[in-house]
Amino acid sequence: MLPITTFHYLVVAAALFALGVVGVLTRRNVVIVLMSIELILNAVNLNLVAFSRLWGLHGQVFAIFVITDAAAEAAVGLGILIAFFRNKETVNVDEVDLLKW
Amino acid sequence: MTPVATPFFFYFLSALTLGSAFLVITCKNAVHSALALILGLLGQAGLYLMLYAPFVAGVQIMLYAGGIMVLFLFVIMLVNLDRALKEEQFSRQWLAGCLAAIILGALFVGVLMRGKALFPASSEQIAEASNTQQIGELLYGPYMFAFEIASLLLLVAIIGAVVMAKKRI
Repeated sequence: MLPITTFHYLVVAAALFALGVVGVLTRRNVVIVLMSIELILNAVNLNLVAFSRLWGLHGQVFAIFVITDAAAEAAVGLGILIAFFRNKETVNVDEVDLLKW
Repeated sequence: MTPVATPFFFYFLSALTLGSAFLVITCKNAVHSALALILGLLGQAGLYLMLYAPFVAGVQIMLYAGGIMVLFLFVIMLVNLDRALKEEQFSRQWLAGCLAAIILGALFVGVLMRGKALFPASSEQIAEASNTQQIGELLYGPYMFAFEIASLLLLVAIIGAVVMAKKRI
C-alpha cells in the first residue's frame, strides 16, 4: 500500500467541503443547512491540521480558533432559528421571505 | 518504517467521516442528521490523532461533538419538526446545487493535482509528548491578542444568542 501522505488528507478535506456545499445548497431544513456549514468548517480544519504537520504548530492553533468561531456562530445561528420559528412555526428555508417583494 | 495498520486506519476513518457527512445531508429526520454529524466529528478527531495533533483532537471531541452538537440537539428538540418531516426535503434547484458542487470538486482536484509537487511527499514526525505545551506557548505568546479577542467573541455570541431566544426582551 502506498504511504499516506498529506495529499490524502487534502482529498478527504475537499470531499467533505463539497458534501457540505451540497448540503447548504440543496436542503430545505434550516437546521440541516447549519449542520452542513459545520461540515464545511470541519473540512477547513482538516486542511489546516494536515498542513500544520509539515510547517509547524500554527495550523493547529488556527484550527482551535476556527472551532471557537464555529461554536459562537452555531449559537447565534440557532438563536436566530429559534426566534424565527417562534414567529412562523416553520423551519423551511423557502418560507424565510418576510423581506421579499 | 510505515506500519501496516496506518493505511487501514486512515481509510477506515476517512470512510467513516465521509459516510457520516453524506448521511448528514441526506437524512430526512434532523435528529438522524445530528447523530450522523457527531459520528463524523469523532471520525475527524481520529484523523487529527493520525496527524499527530492530540490537543486539537481533544478539543474537537469536547467542544465540537460535546458542545456544539449538544446545542444543535437541544434546539432540534425545542423546535417542533414534525411538520418538516412531511414536507419536501430537497429544494427544487437540487440539480443546480449538485452541479455547482461537482464543478467545485473538479476545481479542487485540479488545484490539488497541480500543486502536488509543492509540498514534500512524506511528512516529518513531530514529537507529540509536548504538543499541548507547545500549543499553550503559542497561544499565550504570539497569538495572545487573538486569544483575548476570541473570548470577547464568545461573550458577544452568548449575549446575542440569549437575547434572540428570549420571548420578551
